[in-house]
Amino acid sequence: MNRMKKEFQKIASGYQKKLSRFSKPSQNLINTIGMVLLAFVIIQILGAAGALSFSFSNLLVGLCIYSIVAVGLNLCVGYLGELSLGHAAFMSVGAFSSALFSNMMQNVIPVAPIRFIFALLVGIFFSALFGFLIGIPVLRLNGDYLAIVTLAFGEIIKGLLNVFYVGMDKTGLHFAFIKDTTQMDSTGKMILDGAQGISGTQKVSNFTIGIILLILVLLVVTFLVNSRSGRAIMAIRDNRIAAESVGIDITKYKIIAFTISAAIAGVAGVLYSHYYSSLTANKFDYNTSILILVYVVLGGMANFRGSIIAAVVLTLLPEMLRGLSDYRMLIYAILLIIMMLLNWAPAALERREILVMKFKEKFSKKSKEV
Amino acid sequence: MSFASYLIDGISLGSIYAIIALGYTMVYGIAKMLNFAHGDVIMIGCYTVFITTSGLGWNPIVSTLVSVVVCTVLGIVIEKVAYRPLRKTASLAVLITAIGVSYLLENAALLIFGADSKSFTSVIDLPSLSLAGGKLKISSVTIVAIASCLIIMIGLMLFIKKTKAGQAMLAVSEDRDAAQLMGVNVNATISLTFAIGSGLAAIAGVLLCSQYHSLNPYTGALPGIKAFTAAVFGGIGSIPGAFIGGILLGIIEDLASAYISSQLSNAIVFGVLILVLLIKPTGILGKQIREKV
Repeated sequence: MNRMKKEFQKIASGYQKKLSRFSKPSQNLINTIGMVLLAFVIIQILGAAGALSFSFSNLLVGLCIYSIVAVGLNLCVGYLGELSLGHAAFMSVGAFSSALFSNMMQNVIPVAPIRFIFALLVGIFFSALFGFLIGIPVLRLNGDYLAIVTLAFGEIIKGLLNVFYVGMDKTGLHFAFIKDTTQMDSTGKMILDGAQGISGTQKVSNFTIGIILLILVLLVVTFLVNSRSGRAIMAIRDNRIAAESVGIDITKYKIIAFTISAAIAGVAGVLYSHYYSSLTANKFDYNTSILILVYVVLGGMANFRGSIIAAVVLTLLPEMLRGLSDYRMLIYAILLIIMMLLNWAPAALERREILVMKFKEKFSKKSKEV
Repeated sequence: MSFASYLIDGISLGSIYAIIALGYTMVYGIAKMLNFAHGDVIMIGCYTVFITTSGLGWNPIVSTLVSVVVCTVLGIVIEKVAYRPLRKTASLAVLITAIGVSYLLENAALLIFGADSKSFTSVIDLPSLSLAGGKLKISSVTIVAIASCLIIMIGLMLFIKKTKAGQAMLAVSEDRDAAQLMGVNVNATISLTFAIGSGLAAIAGVLLCSQYHSLNPYTGALPGIKAFTAAVFGGIGSIPGAFIGGILLGIIEDLASAYISSQLSNAIVFGVLILVLLIKPTGILGKQIREKV
């Protein structure tokens, strides 16, 4: 037992030595990606051994989706310091635009993976476009305006998508608004059917693709926050007036960060629409946006690894509490409040520090005796 | 005549939004937080009235008063347990806790009362008013809603202007630390704000359910969000602003659903909100605060 412990310590210290050659941000990145890959390998092994239940393996892509969008929102909330209450709407834009693209191009681009890559680009483009368009007027203002406008944007997108109809027949595409007036011939097929949403998109994405996208997103955001632009973004968060006085273009960097954040939400949306068989606008309402924000705040501001851990834990928690049936959401709510109080309240933090100190004292005394 | 009746419906809905928005705007102005659980306090108020009138057969006025008391106590307890420990940290932390409280109330109601909608009989049992030779009918709920909204708004403005507690609220909203140094009891003032806001939520809840005759655990959520936008619309922190914002929001929503599409009415309401914010970022009656370095 002791030898194993020593062995383990040796490995750990060797790993740390190797890691210390890199800068601190890269160390963080390597650790985060390592964590994701380790989780991936463990789950693959368990899956191969048949130890995963059906409901759990169904959750895996969901974990990737929520991790990605939480990382994207953390860029906006944690690094830029702007609150967004409408990130689900950017997911929705990415999901619907890419699913429309995939359904329209089903016959034009028959190879599914290539079509998925194009759909991904379409989803990223549209969600980034909407983020950019919202950002231009709103990010000029100071205060909680982004929160209110994104909240409103989410409701608007939901309302519009619920009354939007797209059909396709051999004469081409048909669009209709408010009422289904797409008069198609017998070969017609509804692609987007108002509040029914899009159903029957070919299932292309899977857990592996989800993990790959998550790692790509992590690379993009880590390089962004450690670049010159990233430092400008954090300077704006820490002190806007000071940042402005040293010549940082506030609006430009705010828009850059928010657009990228929206684009990342779009990636999560594309993953969603190409995994679940039905896609409705009501799924991406204000509650979903709030849920993503909960992941970010609970996981820690400006901490991508924390966002991923929080997203995974809070997605799995209701599933693990499923045995408690009716009480599970109640317990979830109570746990959420308690976790927030313990993690943020100054009094609780103080007590925690004292406990840690006491524990350390005890521990060091013991080791001296030995 | 139909336009006039839509307009009156809109004003009636708007008065209810305005009462909720008054609670939102006071809490935001004084505690500087978005109380996302406000909408769920409305729902608890509705259930209290529902049980006491339909279950126990109490007089509607008595049960409304009881519901106001229940919500007031609930508001104070929520503030003390969930928000006060976090007052000195980042405002986002309180926001998430408020969301937790909102989930807690919704799911507690879901467990106790079930997910099915209860049919809520209006507590206001008065004849409706006929105007223009019976062509234009105004229901009693509408009249009571508009009247109580006006009374509440004027009462609140007098309370803040004339009483010591009201002046303390103003002082805390302007500068909390300075107010504390001047001997204002900040904790008590914030508690009082939550108490008033939650009591108003109960009244709004009774009016809302009397209008729509149905009640479920999620009744309060969407009106809560809309009332918040109404408060922003009129200028957050301003009491007449919340009133004007609420009334305008109600009218826009009603006219949009009557003339354009009922499915799109929410989208139109929020679209107008974005437009107003782009033209006048502080809202209709908001004050421009100069920033000092």
